[in-house]
Amino acid sequence: MGDTTARLGTMFFAGGILLITLIIVGVLMEKSWLTFSKFGFGFLSGTNWDPNNEQFASLPFVYGTLLTSFLALLIAVPLGVGAAIFLAELAPANISSVLTFLVELLAAVPSVIYGLLAIFTLVPFMRDYVEPALAATFGFLPFFQGQIFGVGYLTAAIILAVMTFPFIISISREALLDVPRDQREAALALGATKWESVWDVVLPNARLGIIGSIFLGLARALGETMAVTMVIGNDPSIKASLFAPGYTIAAVIANEFAEASGNMHLSALVALAFVLFLLTMVINGAARLMLARTARKNA
Amino acid sequence: MKRLYSSVAIGALLAASTATGQNINITGAGATFPYPIYSKWFDAFKQAHPGVQINYQSLGSGAGIRQLEAGTVDFGASDMPMTDEQIGKQKVKPLHFPTVMGGVVPIYNVPGKSDIRFTGAALVGIFNGTIKKWNDPVLAKDNPGLPDKPIIVVHRSDGSGTTFVFTDYLTKVNKGWTLGANAAVKWPVGLGAKGSEGVTGQVKNTEYSVSYVELIFAVQNKIGYGSVQNADGQFVKADTKTVSAAAAGAAKSMPADYRVSIVNAPGKESYPISTFTWLLIPSKIDDPAKKKNLVEFLHWMLKDGQNSAAGLGYAPLPQNVAKMVDKSISQVQ
Repeated sequence: MGDTTARLGTMFFAGGILLITLIIVGVLMEKSWLTFSKFGFGFLSGTNWDPNNEQFASLPFVYGTLLTSFLALLIAVPLGVGAAIFLAELAPANISSVLTFLVELLAAVPSVIYGLLAIFTLVPFMRDYVEPALAATFGFLPFFQGQIFGVGYLTAAIILAVMTFPFIISISREALLDVPRDQREAALALGATKWESVWDVVLPNARLGIIGSIFLGLARALGETMAVTMVIGNDPSIKASLFAPGYTIAAVIANEFAEASGNMHLSALVALAFVLFLLTMVINGAARLMLARTARKNA
Repeated sequence: MKRLYSSVAIGALLAASTATGQNINITGAGATFPYPIYSKWFDAFKQAHPGVQINYQSLGSGAGIRQLEAGTVDFGASDMPMTDEQIGKQKVKPLHFPTVMGGVVPIYNVPGKSDIRFTGAALVGIFNGTIKKWNDPVLAKDNPGLPDKPIIVVHRSDGSGTTFVFTDYLTKVNKGWTLGANAAVKWPVGLGAKGSEGVTGQVKNTEYSVSYVELIFAVQNKIGYGSVQNADGQFVKADTKTVSAAAAGAAKSMPADYRVSIVNAPGKESYPISTFTWLLIPSKIDDPAKKKNLVEFLHWMLKDGQNSAAGLGYAPLPQNVAKMVDKSISQVQ
């Protein structure tokens, strides 16, 4: 195959990505126009979601989506990066290969399975042990007050953490393994301990890959639907308490789309999809900027 | 040359099949609640009419109505009657044909209590958040000995015909329910769970919770449920007989287009949270083969089809209603 053919062919595929993105934006904008023209900015700032009276606003869903995703990262990042360091640097080879295999297995479990497991094991566990203990210890904080149901923001965040951390482990581990052997040996030769060489030399070198893994995990958390809707309680309101039931954008779309009762309801759901699309774009853009900046500093 | 032969052969085959009137494909989409009986009916109809295939996708009532509007299906199906606005949008006016009936039952998890009796006022109070504890006087009046525990309300989070029927009942039974009736409403209290399975799982897992599911779902999954007070003041437990009785009770005031809610129907035996489910058939069908088979199916469904309803947990149409509906089939042009 000639170079020209190859260039044109691959360009066609790359152009396809751009085209698909443009089509998505176009369709989302067209189908949500009804909502944005009626509610305007109020759709973003309002809190009332009442399909029966045709009142729609997105804030409770945006709040639930961001809160559960960031809480999930708060749990998954230390766990995931810690586990990746162990697997790549410290574990004996045979243990590492078994665990790596298991992690990749976890990443392939469908989300509805996580959701079912959560309903039957995590929810009762949270309700009977974890949340009462948190309420007893940190009950003076507004985040750990109120009625305990077992389902809610915290449970959703934990199931999201379980779902994202295989990605974080897997990609971070690859990034750590990619750091040249010479660098570690140089650190060891200078008298560093094994941990010092990992912490001061290997980790900074693998930083880009690790940050990338975190944002991939975040993207999964933002868009996750089935597992979240099964444990979050599906209540469109904004509450400070992490025990309270909430709602996310992806969950409400999955729940209400099939039986949306009128054009306005349908259009409001598409408008939510558009908001989620913008959220992901802003977050991914921020990640790119951050990566570009650290890369420049490094060079 | 080979290609020419094979295309001639295919052409001959096509001609043969249309000549004998074979291979008629009729497609429909809509409600999920009647899907098990519809697929059984369409299958039985196909056995009796070789070559006539009725395909049905259970996408949800709203989706069925939208597909009918878009013209991608030959008929729709819905658990709630279409509104005037929805009918106005259709190019061809659809007719409502009741097929079978269902009920919505209250389910709960109160340790040691197997048959709780709910009045309309009690259900409205529980689901609008004004009744907060199981030993509230409104409940205690008919159920002595309920515990002093907070009620945890669970409702459907996905849009559902079940929610429509339940909120339709709440709206009609008591002025305390101001949130209207729809497939999805703005619930003032409680947790949302997805699907009948989700609701049931949540209730089984949560002590002192209460929710609602379709009768057929409760029966198939052997979930206990409470009785509800009807318009005549009797506490009635839902089954295929008491649900059919609700339709018989409402037959006198049946509108000609069958777009009728039969919640809180009169009659001693009537179960108050009952509903029809409807097939939505266009009033004018251009394709003569499709029209002939759909009309035949409707006649068959109202006679022989009804016999297989109860076995699957659906309440059959009372005979007087089935006869009325059968007469209306001639409206299909």
